Amino acid sequence: MKVFEKIFKFNGGIQAKTKKNISTTSPIKQFGLPSKIILPLRQHIGKLAKLKVSVGDHVLKGQLIAEADGNVSAAIHAPTSGKVLSIEKQLIPHPSGLPDFCVEIEPDGKDKWVQIKPTNWKKIDLEKVNKLLLSSGIVGLGGAAFPTHLKLNHGKAENSLKTLIINAAECEPYITCDDMLMREKTNELILGIKLVHEILGVEESVIGIEDNKTVAINLLTKAIENEKNIFLKIVPTIYPSGDAKRLIYLLKGIKIPKSQRSSDYGIQMFNVATIVAIYRFLEFGEPSISRIVTITGNLRSPRNYEVLLGTPLEEIIDDAGGQVVKNNTFIMGGPMMGFKLPSINVPVTKAMNCIISSEPDMVEEKKPVLPCIRCARCAEACPVQLQPQELFWFSKSKQLEKAEEYNLFDCIECGCCSYVCPSNIPLVQYYRFAKSEIIEERQEQEQANIARERNEFRILRLEREKQERAERNALRRAQSSNEDKTKLIEEKRKAIADALKRIEAGGEEQ
Amino acid sequence: MINLQSPFVQGSSSVSTIMLLVLLTLLPGLFLYIHFFGLGILLNVLIATITAIFAEFIILKIRKLPAKIFLTDYTAVVTAWLLALSIPSIAPWWITVLGTLFAIVVAKHFYGGIGSNLFNPAMIGYAILLISFPAVMTKWQNPSHINDMGLSLSIFLGGVDNYDAIASATPLDYLKTELLQGKNVSQIMNEPIAKLTQMQWVSFGFFIGGIILLLTKVITWHLPLTYLVTLFVIASIFHLIDPNQFAPFQFHLLNGGTMLAAFFIITDPVSGPTTPNGKIFFAILIATLVYVIRVFGGYPEGIAFAVIFANICVPLIDNLSQPKVFGHE
Repeated sequence: MKVFEKIFKFNGGIQAKTKKNISTTSPIKQFGLPSKIILPLRQHIGKLAKLKVSVGDHVLKGQLIAEADGNVSAAIHAPTSGKVLSIEKQLIPHPSGLPDFCVEIEPDGKDKWVQIKPTNWKKIDLEKVNKLLLSSGIVGLGGAAFPTHLKLNHGKAENSLKTLIINAAECEPYITCDDMLMREKTNELILGIKLVHEILGVEESVIGIEDNKTVAINLLTKAIENEKNIFLKIVPTIYPSGDAKRLIYLLKGIKIPKSQRSSDYGIQMFNVATIVAIYRFLEFGEPSISRIVTITGNLRSPRNYEVLLGTPLEEIIDDAGGQVVKNNTFIMGGPMMGFKLPSINVPVTKAMNCIISSEPDMVEEKKPVLPCIRCARCAEACPVQLQPQELFWFSKSKQLEKAEEYNLFDCIECGCCSYVCPSNIPLVQYYRFAKSEIIEERQEQEQANIARERNEFRILRLEREKQERAERNALRRAQSSNEDKTKLIEEKRKAIADALKRIEAGGEEQ
Repeated sequence: MINLQSPFVQGSSSVSTIMLLVLLTLLPGLFLYIHFFGLGILLNVLIATITAIFAEFIILKIRKLPAKIFLTDYTAVVTAWLLALSIPSIAPWWITVLGTLFAIVVAKHFYGGIGSNLFNPAMIGYAILLISFPAVMTKWQNPSHINDMGLSLSIFLGGVDNYDAIASATPLDYLKTELLQGKNVSQIMNEPIAKLTQMQWVSFGFFIGGIILLLTKVITWHLPLTYLVTLFVIASIFHLIDPNQFAPFQFHLLNGGTMLAAFFIITDPVSGPTTPNGKIFFAILIATLVYVIRVFGGYPEGIAFAVIFANICVPLIDNLSQPKVFGHE
């Protein structure tokens, strides 16, 4: 086992206060059964899942509630047994703050499992494993919620997968759900890594972990002592080391451009929690019905909870003792890339890795924004090596083409630039705005293009029809006149012939 | 409406703390200046500071900007100090006031205020004074007369009758005029005025302050190191070619405003380039121009003109020195 291999440092990044010990002093708590379950039908990137139950149905724990609609979608399962109370739009934890379709289940308290069976994953090929996973409801549990089955393939034939990377960096401040999972479910994680390693047929598996997780590092080091193809690589605690492309660079020294996927380079990456979910599904048949959530920040007893999906967040916040300083502001995700929840009257979803009860300094009125002094600290901090001060200038003055030329779309919105800016400029918000403007413009352009093309086609068609009609007429005219001519000639010839006959006859008569 | 306000946490640095640190790191140089050349320079600094704050306040009011926020960014004070430290300590008060007003009102606010000025305000103020009052601007306090406070004060208040009694040429100026008289470098270097160790102590003070700026990451190494190395290389080459005509590198590094420029003047972020390679090119350009003006030009010191010329080139430098984006290499 090689632990001290070379680490490739990316440009910049920030070292913010990690605030992780707030939620790591207590073990993960099983939350148990909530009073109600509210299951959003879209907890993933892709299409809304197709509903398979109706109001009044009794469902069992693990029963399919909604199936994946097409390939880019994920299934939803009942987290406990009970009765379907309603299927309607409810508030969900999403930055849009808009309600979405949810299935509400009243638990019957029995928590009775539907019959589940392990898959014989060792004996079937990857394609079949993939089909099974489509029904597992498993999505990336690091927060992005990308359907996992889409990532389980061999990659392109010419550069098949060689490396499996386990993202254990957990670089955002406050979040500790992966850290606690690694501490408490070390063996399941290693078994999971071996499982995914085998079904992907890779040569090596590398766990990338930040050096601030010493307990997990020690446990993992021991656990992989006798593994030949699993490596642990410790990276420095510099946000955003957990960003997929930054982590790949840290571990392998490969810089993957925005336009390409890691699988094009023979690398596939999964978050630790996703690995455990895949393991539990393939080994025991358990679909995705629960997850670990960090409940932290300004609370009386912050900690990690293992909760059923659909559990009302409010009940968990109550269990954690409620806010110390009341401000009713909660952030989902980390403080660098998360978003303010519209309310805590929302259910836990597959994407919910962390809830931060806002600390007083997070809700205080923001410091006044000063003009940019071109100090370029943002450029020094940018892990994508962009020039944030230039992008800011172009976004602010709506020179969108220039912003694109300076690679606006390579921005990963990690927030490092905003974090370091001495003028308190909300840089990332400018980039989000510019990106959405460009995308909107493009869509409008596209629609305009389609409309123009249609119109041009119509004009062309009318023109063509007119021309065709004219040609047909001309042809008809030409054909008819030809017939007339031959007829006329024939008639004349006949007349001449008749006359000649008559003359001959007359001559004989004379 | 998408509710994305992240990040919710922020680092501790602000424009105010950066500028305060710049002021603090100017103190070692300022103290040594006072120690060797008397309190004249402190009067310069005070009057420049008062003028700058006053001018900034009036302009902010006229432009209807929040005075408290912009005054406490301390950029006007930094401009005032840099200009005051560049003006001879025996200059009359109105020289300092005029230069400061020009720096704050014209060079800074006429161009849009903090963040928008194309040129380094302190250097614009200095250049205007140098062009308008060359005689006053090239005469420095003779360190052997620093106890003559009465005379110093009367000059400060505007009386220039006894000017020559306490003034002397700067070493750079002296070298220039003596070379024209036909002396060679080694002869000049042996004379007390060229060996002005007091001046070199002040340079050392600014150097120490500059190192603190580097260590506290207010500035990066690119500008000061490139600037000093370039000046060292050019001066050494010329000195090797003709030691009688060109002064050795230490003369150029330790005299005039070299150290102040290296760490405090050319590092002005607003009027300088933002990319690492751009900074290197910018510093090479300034150092080369400084040497050319000092040795071949009409003025004994060329920092102000060199900086202003390099400021003009900044948009082009930035444009041509864009670093490669991650994955685009």
